[in-house]
Amino acid sequence: MFQKPGKIGVLCVVAWALSVSGLQAQQTSISRDDLSEKDAKRVNSVTGFATDFVTAEQFEVMSGGATTSTAKPNKDAFSHSSANLDFEGEQKFKLGNGLFRKLWVSSPSSTSASDGLGPLFNARSCQRCHLKDGRGHPPENANDSAVSMFLRLSVPPRSNAEIVAIKSGEKALIPEPTYGGQLQDFGIQGVPGEGKMEISYVELPTTLNGGEIVNLRKPTYSVSNLNYGALDPDVMLSPRVAPSMIGLGLLEAVHRADILAQVDPDDKDNNGISGRASWVGAINSSTKQLGRFGWKASTPSVGAQSAGAFAGDMGISNELAPRHWGDCTANQKVCLQMPTGVQAKLGTTEAPSPVLELVTFYSKNLAVPERRGAEKPSVLRGKKAFYGAGCASCHRPKYVTSQSASQPEHRFQLIWPYTDLLLHDMGEGLADSRPVGSASGSEWRTAPLWGIGLTKTVNGHTYFLHDGRARNLTEAILWHGGEAENAKQEFVGMEPPMRADLLRFLGSL
Amino acid sequence: MKTTKKVIAVTCSAILCAAVPFSANAGSEKTVTQSGVTTTYANIAEAVFEDSLISADALKASIETLVKSPSVATLHAARTSWVAARAPYQQSEVYRFGNPLVDDWEGKVNAWPLDEGLIDYVDGSYGKQSDENTLYTVNVIANKTLTVSGKKVDATHITPKLLSETLHEAEEVEANVATGYHAIEFLLWGQDLNGTGAGAGNRPYTDFDVKNCTGGNCDRRAQYLMSATDLLISDLKDMLSMWRQGGEARAAVTSDPKSGVMSMLSGMGSLSYGELAGERMKLGLLLKDPEEEHDCFSDNTHNSHYFDQIGIRNVYTGHYRRLDGSIVDGPSLSDLVAAKDAKVDQELSVKLNETVSFMSILKARAESIEAYDQMIGEGNTEGNAVVQTAIDGLINQTRSIERAVKVLGIGEIEIEGSDSLDKPKAVFQ
Repeated sequence: MFQKPGKIGVLCVVAWALSVSGLQAQQTSISRDDLSEKDAKRVNSVTGFATDFVTAEQFEVMSGGATTSTAKPNKDAFSHSSANLDFEGEQKFKLGNGLFRKLWVSSPSSTSASDGLGPLFNARSCQRCHLKDGRGHPPENANDSAVSMFLRLSVPPRSNAEIVAIKSGEKALIPEPTYGGQLQDFGIQGVPGEGKMEISYVELPTTLNGGEIVNLRKPTYSVSNLNYGALDPDVMLSPRVAPSMIGLGLLEAVHRADILAQVDPDDKDNNGISGRASWVGAINSSTKQLGRFGWKASTPSVGAQSAGAFAGDMGISNELAPRHWGDCTANQKVCLQMPTGVQAKLGTTEAPSPVLELVTFYSKNLAVPERRGAEKPSVLRGKKAFYGAGCASCHRPKYVTSQSASQPEHRFQLIWPYTDLLLHDMGEGLADSRPVGSASGSEWRTAPLWGIGLTKTVNGHTYFLHDGRARNLTEAILWHGGEAENAKQEFVGMEPPMRADLLRFLGSL
Repeated sequence: MKTTKKVIAVTCSAILCAAVPFSANAGSEKTVTQSGVTTTYANIAEAVFEDSLISADALKASIETLVKSPSVATLHAARTSWVAARAPYQQSEVYRFGNPLVDDWEGKVNAWPLDEGLIDYVDGSYGKQSDENTLYTVNVIANKTLTVSGKKVDATHITPKLLSETLHEAEEVEANVATGYHAIEFLLWGQDLNGTGAGAGNRPYTDFDVKNCTGGNCDRRAQYLMSATDLLISDLKDMLSMWRQGGEARAAVTSDPKSGVMSMLSGMGSLSYGELAGERMKLGLLLKDPEEEHDCFSDNTHNSHYFDQIGIRNVYTGHYRRLDGSIVDGPSLSDLVAAKDAKVDQELSVKLNETVSFMSILKARAESIEAYDQMIGEGNTEGNAVVQTAIDGLINQTRSIERAVKVLGIGEIEIEGSDSLDKPKAVFQ
């Protein structure tokens, strides 16, 4: 089923030179409504798969187009604003930054505009999970904090009403009846935290071509110190580490036609890779929207993602998620008795306008850093290996963003995120067996790869995947299964120097 | 009340008068070049950082005296030295924006806000722990062993190395500020427990008195203070050398004068609009939160804001008055803009001076009526308005900075349409 190099370049709109497949026929039927004919041609000519691996591609260094940060690649590398913002935009970004690091306090307090925390929460500020605007991590050991990671909770639909709600898309999941949609390990004064996430790992050895043995650690999750009684026996747990924050506005600006053009649920092009769009219910709208954000692509926009995080992770209500008691359920009476931080004079929620707007703006404008060493022969060899193994089939290299993106700075940028933003079955090994919306228990959204090579620099670690189980990029690749099984086997089978080059390429992103 | 208002009026007009000569020479230099302008810019940077170093040395001397013979007077003298050291340093902040080398370095010396519980004892109301920050109440001064990221750390000796390499931004939490002006400020003043009420931090001098020690571990507190000050001095030396002849930061702006001029203007605009008007002022008004104050232990925020604005004007006028009263000046950005469009130069000069006077009003209010953290308090209409006026001035001057960028024709991002790869940072248009 797996096709060798040169036969897999089917995702790109104009990859005529590379191969012909059924998928392309499908692509031609979905077109972009934001481009003139002339621009469409230019876009097509620039978004094709790479064919030359001797020199770097034009514009490739600037992963985020004109928004790309050219600041030094140091530990602040993920914290710069879109390079093409004007001074006014910069101010919105900085105000958002101030709110992003703001410590929220419980109500009532002397600072009424920054209270409303909880009653249950995972963190008191956005930044505490999104460390350095980068990637969270599992606790290093029993003494280490688990703040940048938490457990999502749900139960399968059981009543008829629940089944209908899931089927219709009205609900993406059924929360655990007592603990809600996620486990909050902290509570304000007088409200006990819900419990403590426990992780245990089993090491599983894998041997690569050349004899290198890599141990993969397989995690098992449970909850201890349950303060509100037993969990539902059918509970499904799924851990999440905070993802990196860079380039989100650009991903929102990718034209939906470019994403839908890659959908291939029945694998008509017979490359072993299907790819499904995640359709999700939207706030204030009856029509479903294309999910792009979150590990299972269950939110359609950065704004919705931010609103959900405010309410779920910090217990702060806002105009898009007006849940003043956050994730408290009817079974948590002590929680619902607590005062909220709503102040009539400031607005109808705990984070009144323009808090959410500013944090959303900030989140949409964290710039992707420029590539380092893209022109080095070893990196280019690695790029060739990446394409050759079929990685680019899902980790789609490039797009030109929509001309009708909401923010001018994000429009018509040639960007290099290395994702198709679609759901893929990643196999049993990686499955959390917890469906969300249209994503099954073994499907995950292709993670963007831009900036991945700076994880160590920014966050001091190299933990990857939704729960940080992979301790480096090699392990992350080896966890790939399902639709990505063939690509992984290619990686396992590579001669060691080629594998090293591939990792160098990833390190340059 | 009335007398105070008079004081404000006098201060304000004095500033306006003083400002006149700066803009009066604009345009008189016909042969002004971008190269000359960036050289002035670099010369002022060198002088500002040298003054910062000189005043940090003076701070160190007064801290040594405090530690040797703690008293009300020696603590007061140390605090006075700290406030004095802030004046030249804040005038350097305009260099942080537009100069990546300065920006990279800045976090070591001027990071804020900080979780003071990392450093020393704190009031009970501070809370014992925070999910936010496991080092929230670690209290290095009281503890010779610490746990950072799950690992034991030996803190027997509070050395500059321990502060900068282990504690600063420990566990990736940016509020773990262990070094720089604000760490020193906290050690000299202590927590400001007055909320939006009157008063700054009120640490007793006996916190440094090993014979009659209050707060415990006075020897270690003194050690921390000395190490943090030594580190500040060595960091300032590093930055100064970057602006000396042959220094990297100097070369970065003078070797390519056109991009150097752009750095100057973007630095002025970014500090004015996003950083100062936005994150440091508007956010505080939005949240009415006394913690949203740049120099929160000492209640010195008004000076911090004021000297930021003076620094912005220095860059435009190519004119800096040093601590010893001598003047560093040369071909200025103002001259350069005036040569292209005298009106725009006039407009920007006037607006920069206007904001200086708004900042003077804010500063005078802080020195006579109420501190900055009170001005941003909820329901304080008059105080809020003073801050808002300064914000408006900053935004207003940025609009003219944008006009100056246009007049000089240096603002456009390099457009790359050709197929050549000799400009690898080009972007698709």
